[in-house]
Amino acid sequence: MKQADEKQYLFDRVENVNRLLRGFYTVCGILFVLDFILHRHMTHDWEHLPGFYAVFGFIACVVLVLVAKEMRKVVMRKEDYYDVDD
Amino acid sequence: MWMTELPPFVPFFLAALLALATRGWLRGAVMLATPVLGGLHLWFDVPDGTLLSVSLLEFELTLMRADRLSLLFGYLFHIAAFIAAVFALHVRDTSQSVASLLYAGSALGAVFAGDLMTLFIFWELLAVTSVFLIWARKTERAIRAGQRYLIMQVASGVLLLAGALVHYRQTGSLAFDFIGLEGISGTLIFIAFGIKCAFPFLHNWLTDAYPEATPTGTVFLSAFTTKVAVYALARGFPGTDILIYIGAAMTCFPIFYAVIENDLRRVLAYSMINQIGFMVCGVGIGTALALNGAVSHAFNDVIFKGLLFMSMGAVLHRTGEINGSNLGGLYKTMPKTALLCIVGASSISAFPLFSGFVSKSMVMTAMIEEGYDYLWLMLLFASAGVFHHAGIKIPYFAFFAHDSGIRTQEAPRNMLIAMGIAAVLCIFIGSQPQYLYSLLPWEVDYWPYDTTHVLAQLQLLFFSALAFVWLNKAGLYPPELRSVNIDAEWLYRRLLPACVSFVRRAAQPLAGVLQGIRQNYWQTLQTMYCRTSLADYHLAASWPTGSMVLWIAVFLGGYLLLDAIL
Repeated sequence: MKQADEKQYLFDRVENVNRLLRGFYTVCGILFVLDFILHRHMTHDWEHLPGFYAVFGFIACVVLVLVAKEMRKVVMRKEDYYDVDD
Repeated sequence: MWMTELPPFVPFFLAALLALATRGWLRGAVMLATPVLGGLHLWFDVPDGTLLSVSLLEFELTLMRADRLSLLFGYLFHIAAFIAAVFALHVRDTSQSVASLLYAGSALGAVFAGDLMTLFIFWELLAVTSVFLIWARKTERAIRAGQRYLIMQVASGVLLLAGALVHYRQTGSLAFDFIGLEGISGTLIFIAFGIKCAFPFLHNWLTDAYPEATPTGTVFLSAFTTKVAVYALARGFPGTDILIYIGAAMTCFPIFYAVIENDLRRVLAYSMINQIGFMVCGVGIGTALALNGAVSHAFNDVIFKGLLFMSMGAVLHRTGEINGSNLGGLYKTMPKTALLCIVGASSISAFPLFSGFVSKSMVMTAMIEEGYDYLWLMLLFASAGVFHHAGIKIPYFAFFAHDSGIRTQEAPRNMLIAMGIAAVLCIFIGSQPQYLYSLLPWEVDYWPYDTTHVLAQLQLLFFSALAFVWLNKAGLYPPELRSVNIDAEWLYRRLLPACVSFVRRAAQPLAGVLQGIRQNYWQTLQTMYCRTSLADYHLAASWPTGSMVLWIAVFLGGYLLLDAIL
């Protein structure tokens, strides 16, 4: 269990977390810009939309999580739901 | 080494006998040596086209049919059995050791089976051997989950047998080649394969039982059953249109459950259905590229999903906890496990240079080539989703997130070695895919690494991760909660029992009437009996059975005493 005089780990320091996040945002930015610089083979009409994959990935995940959250209202039960009268 | 036609399941079954007779390190050696020797034999001595048949009654059973498709799965299952054996090396439980060897052997028997009867035998053996890996957990929940698992698996076998017999009546042949959905036999066999493949509504045995097995048992379970089913579909139903739609559904619906599930091994079970969905789509498209994509994805999935299950197994082994709500901050004490888990997570998310990328992209490309635009979008959605729940959620909630305060030790050395082997394979296959491609059954000219593809995939994944970061920072991400989420299993775990008890309650008045009639009848019988002379006989009086047993014991004891005295 946790001790009071424990040593500091990598992500215990907020500045390390922020450093990681800043690096991550930068990579996201670079990837988005690369879309307009690199030449790519388009096999599909949708791919001609600027930043199609980036926008799709972002929206897909937000929709996924928000829908799943709403789903909880319908499907979530107590942990012992099946143990009673099973 | 051995004779060429030796069916690959034989060494495993013999090793199971040996495991029964040995203990300690010797048994460990048997468990490690079997997949190594068997695998080397398969690689060096067994060429494409090897056949072995035996006659049984009027049937010709093909115990061994080696072609490029069965050989690929053969190599894969030897690798998987070896990695899982290393992971389970510390286990001192005879039933688990024996069951896992028999289970791996049955999987090999099934993929090398050349006829439907042999396939059926190993199909059922897969069920009855694997259930011991669930029961070995020895909790009430595990035993019940194992029972439900066994019912579903055996039902799948019964359907397969029925289908095989109809097929034999109609065609006069039991050969296991292309079957197709024609007629009743095709449908029966299709559903039998579908159960083991976890088709929607038939999938709950997987999410129910796998998370209840022992930490090491789940690693074995995740490797074999569903992949045998994918193999069987690729052999029997390539190019069957409906599989594309089933597969697309399989990729999408489990990810919603995975996002809100608390048990991290159950999250992996849902993501397993999602990955099988990609394989089923590939089989359904049926072009050489798609089929190659399906089987190579099965190959990679066994390794990276095994790696993820191993990392969660190590966490469960060390902390006794597997719920996301109780974990977090484990990178502090299990840094190596955390790193290996991230390799598995990157592979399943199909990051370039990791193994998932080189196989999933084949299915995606084949899909768009064949013009399934909207289904392709579904698969793209599922690709983003899998990164979200398996790629980020698993490592994040187990090893990072909020500090749960749990301080434990790094995973045991054998577990780290097993995970290390799997991780090296993930990266090797991902960065040098030509070696895997050269083993694929169909002729194909495909290379996944070009600017278009790599950039598209990186954008998709990084912006999915960005969504995760944003949702978390905005407090919109659903917290891990101790809960059960109802799924299709509700039908047979809640609705069906409720119907039965409703019918019983509704029939209560009727039962009362019947009870009355029976009592009347019984009393009449008794009065009639009492009038006979037999009723006066002392021993015939209605004494409980216990007193009879007591008297027998007294008599026997008396005999023994007399015997001793005289």
